[in-house]
Amino acid sequence: MPEIFVLAEHRQGQIRDVTYEMLTKARETAEKANMELTAVILGKEVKEKAKALSEYARKVLVVEDAKLENFNSDAYQKVLISLIKEYKPTLTLIGHTSYGIELAPRLAAALNIPLATDCIDLTLEGDTLTVIRQMYGGKVNAKAAIRKAESYMVTVRQAAFTAQKPATPINGEIIEKPSPLTEEIITKRFIQYILPPPGGVDITAAEKLVGIGRGIKDQSNIPIVEDFAKTIGAVLACSRPIVDKGWLPSDRQVGSSGKTVKPKLYIAVGISGAFQHVLGMKNSDLIIAINKDPNAPIFSFADYGAVEDLFKIVPSLKNKIYEMKGQKA
Amino acid sequence: MKIQTFGRVSQLDIVVCVKHVPETAEAELKIDASGKDIEKAGLVFDINEWDDYALEEAVRIKEKFGGTVTAITIGAEDSDSTLRKCLARGADKAIRLTDPKFAGSDAYAIAKILHSVIKNLHYDLILTGMQAGDDGYAMVGPILAEMLGIPHTTMAKKIELETGMAKINRELEGGLEEQLEIKLPALISVQTGINEPRYVSIMGIRKAMQKEIKVMTLADTGLSEANVGETGSWLKIEKLYVPPAEKQAEFLKGTPEEIAAKIAEILKARGLI
Repeated sequence: MPEIFVLAEHRQGQIRDVTYEMLTKARETAEKANMELTAVILGKEVKEKAKALSEYARKVLVVEDAKLENFNSDAYQKVLISLIKEYKPTLTLIGHTSYGIELAPRLAAALNIPLATDCIDLTLEGDTLTVIRQMYGGKVNAKAAIRKAESYMVTVRQAAFTAQKPATPINGEIIEKPSPLTEEIITKRFIQYILPPPGGVDITAAEKLVGIGRGIKDQSNIPIVEDFAKTIGAVLACSRPIVDKGWLPSDRQVGSSGKTVKPKLYIAVGISGAFQHVLGMKNSDLIIAINKDPNAPIFSFADYGAVEDLFKIVPSLKNKIYEMKGQKA
Repeated sequence: MKIQTFGRVSQLDIVVCVKHVPETAEAELKIDASGKDIEKAGLVFDINEWDDYALEEAVRIKEKFGGTVTAITIGAEDSDSTLRKCLARGADKAIRLTDPKFAGSDAYAIAKILHSVIKNLHYDLILTGMQAGDDGYAMVGPILAEMLGIPHTTMAKKIELETGMAKINRELEGGLEEQLEIKLPALISVQTGINEPRYVSIMGIRKAMQKEIKVMTLADTGLSEANVGETGSWLKIEKLYVPPAEKQAEFLKGTPEEIAAKIAEILKARGLI
């Protein structure tokens, strides 16, 4: 029976969420296309994890090797080439994560399998694969057709699908495969993990956050928003570009490469709402967005939106709050 | 300065792959009549943000260890402004690949075109942005490395060169990084924030105007027409559309003062002030 491969992603002993999200989407796709779902896990001692995956998949392929202890795309590539050549899956799903970005394009090129990256949806009909992916920082969706092939590869955006355990565990068969790695990988070597420096401010603990983005234009404008944040007792947070420019320290960054926050209030000021940022704040209780672009993706996640120049709204808002506080006193 | 030396590193020849893209973070986008692209008129084009950091990193390495920096791009004639920026920043040479047959090329076809030229250059290091701000494939670099048969890594936040190798900090999720070591020659794709790209002086731009941009076409690549454009690609865009909203914000209307008053009322009603 034709099958769909899902590569399990794990780090520091934990299976990462994207794995279960992919397994959920792959199961749905496999059922529709009358295919079998196979999870693949590579690592040093991962049989216990294979058991967890077997609740989702008919088959779990396990390759254990001390050389697979830490993620190394060169080692993964060698193992996956041998598995994909042996099983010839119709489709292989890999997370569009730091690991997937390192691994999938080169693996696809080596196997000469067409690859679509960072997909938020996919449809397999017969031997035809179409995907949905985003362009221009999430402002536009693209429907794309993949060149016809016997085998396809897709990297899947994190949180694009909601993980759901099968109603009854599938208890798939766990199959141990021998590692094809005969020698150490010397072209690329993992040294260590580097933890973020202990931060001064814990934005995840704040009840109210005001996040700033590119729209702030210049570092010298930050006090305008910071002053407002202070009047409502909020902590200043930001999207990636602000940290990249060195305007705020990385402990203020909200998003997939920063912190995930869930405050009572999140005011997004001059943030367009690229998915990497949204992933970190969309579960806030109340989201208010101020942005000049009426089509900014942030408005699809906000409760209230103001399509206006932040430099006009924010000072005015600060004054209003002062007035209100004055009345209260 | 994030580049540090341990052993003696001799001068390096560096190739930087760059792309000329529209700046869209702050712009309002419209889908064009073909339904397969956005309307480009009125948009400002510049070097892809990630490539900007890659270029800066290349120039810093050259300044530290000596060597050369060659910037290469695939695009129409207007991509010259991005190449001029590279030259003004400190690149020594610039190559532009231009051919109407390249239209519709996806990341795979782009990697093939780059490979056809770079394989004939001398390089110790190839740097590029980890993705482009327009199509966001994040795949040209690793595919190019596979074609060239050299080691690669992606999403670099720090590059330290040692003799014959590079130590890289690469970004993982949630603020975590990993440190790797890769053998040179290698391809490294960089993440934003790896450095602070410098501003280009007017003198620099003037000087760059005199530098030559080498222009190459499909015929110079040795690739067949079937290898490039839509036929040489893995992906074909069928249509673009505005993403459906998960939920839609209730838009607050009025003058800035009125909007501010409404926001203040909302905060008050929720007990947030």
